[in-house]
Amino acid sequence: MSTLLIIAILLLGFIVVFQIAKASEYVSVLKGEKKTFEQNNRINGFLLLAFMILGLIGVYWCNELFKGKILGEAASDHGEKIDTMLYITIAITGVVFVITQILLFWFSFKYQYKEGRKAFYYPHNNKLELIWTVIPAIALTVLVGFGLFYWFKITGDAPKEANIVEITGKQFGWIYRYPGKDKVFGKKYYQKIDEGKLNQLGLIWEDKATHDDIVTNEAMYLVVGKPVKLVINSRDVVHDVGLAHFRMKMDAVPGTPTTMWFTPKYTTAQMKEKTGNPEFEYEISCDQMCGKGHYSMKGIVKVVEQAEYLLWLAKQKPNYVMSHPEMEKIPATPAAAKADSTVTAAAATPVSNSN
Amino acid sequence: MSQEVNLHEHAGAMTTHEVHHDEHHGHHHKETFITKYVFSQDHKMIAKQFLITGIVWAIIGGLFSVLFRLQLGFPNETFPWLENILGKWAAGGKIHPEFYYALTTMHGTVLVFFVLTAGLSGTFSNFLIPLQVGARDMASPFMNMLSYWFFFVASIVMISSLFVQTGPASGGWTVYPPLSALGDASEGSKIGMDLWLIAMALFVVNSLLGSLNYISTILNMRTKGMSMTRMPLTIWALFFTAVLGVLSFPVLLSGFILLLFDRHAGTSFYLSDIFLASTQKALPNEGGSAILYQHLFWFLGHPEVYIIILPTMGLVSDVMSANARKPIFGYMAMVGSMFAIAVLAFLVWAHHMFVTGLNPFLGAFFVLLTLLIAVPSAIKVFNWITTLWRGNLRFTPGMLFSIGFVSLFISGGLTGIFLGNSTLDIHLHDTYFVIAHFHIVMGVSAFFGMFAGLYHWFPKMYGRYMNNTMAYIHFWITLVGAYLIFWPMHYQGLAGVPRRYLDFSGWTSFNQFDGLNRFISIVTMMVFAVQLLFVFNFFYSIFKGRKVRTQNPWGATTLEWTTPINPGHGNWEGEIPEVHRWAYDYGKDGRDFIPQTEPISASESPESKH
Repeated sequence: MSTLLIIAILLLGFIVVFQIAKASEYVSVLKGEKKTFEQNNRINGFLLLAFMILGLIGVYWCNELFKGKILGEAASDHGEKIDTMLYITIAITGVVFVITQILLFWFSFKYQYKEGRKAFYYPHNNKLELIWTVIPAIALTVLVGFGLFYWFKITGDAPKEANIVEITGKQFGWIYRYPGKDKVFGKKYYQKIDEGKLNQLGLIWEDKATHDDIVTNEAMYLVVGKPVKLVINSRDVVHDVGLAHFRMKMDAVPGTPTTMWFTPKYTTAQMKEKTGNPEFEYEISCDQMCGKGHYSMKGIVKVVEQAEYLLWLAKQKPNYVMSHPEMEKIPATPAAAKADSTVTAAAATPVSNSN
Repeated sequence: MSQEVNLHEHAGAMTTHEVHHDEHHGHHHKETFITKYVFSQDHKMIAKQFLITGIVWAIIGGLFSVLFRLQLGFPNETFPWLENILGKWAAGGKIHPEFYYALTTMHGTVLVFFVLTAGLSGTFSNFLIPLQVGARDMASPFMNMLSYWFFFVASIVMISSLFVQTGPASGGWTVYPPLSALGDASEGSKIGMDLWLIAMALFVVNSLLGSLNYISTILNMRTKGMSMTRMPLTIWALFFTAVLGVLSFPVLLSGFILLLFDRHAGTSFYLSDIFLASTQKALPNEGGSAILYQHLFWFLGHPEVYIIILPTMGLVSDVMSANARKPIFGYMAMVGSMFAIAVLAFLVWAHHMFVTGLNPFLGAFFVLLTLLIAVPSAIKVFNWITTLWRGNLRFTPGMLFSIGFVSLFISGGLTGIFLGNSTLDIHLHDTYFVIAHFHIVMGVSAFFGMFAGLYHWFPKMYGRYMNNTMAYIHFWITLVGAYLIFWPMHYQGLAGVPRRYLDFSGWTSFNQFDGLNRFISIVTMMVFAVQLLFVFNFFYSIFKGRKVRTQNPWGATTLEWTTPINPGHGNWEGEIPEVHRWAYDYGKDGRDFIPQTEPISASESPESKH
């Protein structure tokens, strides 16, 4: 019913507009084309100026309105660099935006048709053109300079002491793997994947290094203030590890592992306080179209203090143990006791499949 | 040039004192309804075919966006009437995720390729190239006709994919494999994807046939005196566009063919290490690279955005100059910057791939080259602004859309500086910031340029004017609406809101924009309704618009306005006029305008050296 009503209103609107449009055409014939043209020109000239003024006010208002809803403080050291770069870019482009839009609409208003005005024959001016080739070039050099400076910092090698976590995307969720106390990720081969036997990454049990690897779908635990290097994989299609709060992002490509690293600055608990949102979580969003569940492909990052991290790690059962319940009786690795070494050394070990 | 002679004779027989002149030359040269309106070889008719097909596509593509904006703006509501039109895809009055993605995918495909490439270049290249360079038709009218019919068949195949049981392609308009390669990964990657690929292959053929024709016509068939540097900027723009198309579309096609092999022939160009949860099976394919496809795709994909925007830059330059009554400022700089853009277009594709694991060192070069494009773009903007300076501006609908184009091009161009910078792209990649950027800079601006061209050349196309009042309403609501829709999306992007999400209720990071999403959706519907007003105005005016009574209603200098009001096949009745000067002698020596056909007189000031 309401749909019909909307359609009826739309149709009515169309008819009204059409009748007015038609009538104004007749009126213009009666009034004389020149007069109508001059009148229309004045109205549109005025509207262009009004659009510019209201538009610029609107931009300002929009900034005020959304100030609290965007960005927030970057939660990683790389994020800070990206935010700095963002502010530099906003400053430079903002100035250009305001100047060019004002010139465009002001000239449009000012030089609107006037009886007897002669347009100025001005086909070119090399000096002017040189100026506006050189100035943008300089501005862009500044932007490229800053940009690449930060880019190489962010994409450079991870520090040696960084923890390594492997994250694997699948339709539609995330799998996290920790190397366990030997600090080495065991070998895996996708043909060995067997979800029925709880081997969702295809770990090769013949490789002893897999035996202490911890695989979880629950959340990715990171230590605050400690660099972490993510080794990113995909099990099926292209996904993307999007970490909006850390300002980080990297595709997960099947067959081609990728990496990124950063240092979380605040624990999840601190962020809950900072944002005043008790529900706050660091979320991993899939940022590459991956199928019908793309919009719901969420992961959680828990940034915690070192002690809490160790505690969590101690509670995790290695994947090997989980997929071999019959082995449970054999003296299990005293994970809790050794957990410390797992964490502190973590990095350094070459990850067989990282590029 | 037997064809020219032939056309020449036939043109001589035409009389044009009436709007519907068709019947007059019918007796001389047999033209049936079929040869005149369907399998026409007249470039003007082919242009109109492209235009009207493009309009139909634009309505379909626009409607898709209205449908998915309905979901985005009102994620918690149901619309039972949706089930009536979409059937099982909207069972219960809610669009299913699979179909939501099909809608976004088709919206992108349709608007980028079928509207803003074929609809835009197809219309204006066909219509304006022969008319503005002084040729009776294209170099090969037959190939030109084939070009349209390949487009038509591509359209039919693409449309048909909407009706298959598993739905149309739904992997995004970029159709990245493995998602697009594996039917088991997504319903849309089944038969719908095959139809998509076939339609696009036919589309590439259409584009190549058209582009080769445009290039050879511009290079070989200019009238006497029409040196390259006397061509209107529109022709330059269409020329660069055609060159871009010829060089980049084949690469896209190769990418598609490899994708077809991966889908059906068991090859592993793009596939490696894949285990599908839906079938619980590991695929045998190993050693392929999903990134290879992205390189092949973006090697077209990036030039493609210039294929879209360059023609409108040309159109806007000419419409603006004619209505400012002033030469375009810095003609050679305009040509030079278009050339620079065309060259750089091929050297920046990987800026779409900063976060794919691309070598950061390689990425640095793409940052540099990408931001370099801002220089020619800036030159163009400043030249347009200077063209307005001290002019005597007539705000015809075409002129208003040209001014709107420049405003949008500035806004969208500046955000390109954010995204082209790899550091910022890490955060902004695949967020609403990208959506805002490319919709403003190549979606809406290209539409504005296209509208500018349509309103300006409509009198030449149909011998009638479009209704001004409706045009003004169209312009103002579209301009304001475009900014209201896309400006706020920048803020969503800065907050990291990912694109291609149909529901944010499951997220704590991205759910703060409910009100905004609703607002954007409502404005979208209003703007869409106003586009329908334009469509109505367009078709109504073809038949009932005010008649054009003077040969040169805008007082323009270019050659198309020296043809009869309703030119027949062959364009000029007698000899093709000779050209003596460039296309921008407006306001020279106190004269309002001097047509290109007027010889340079001895008393003229030597300002124009063209």
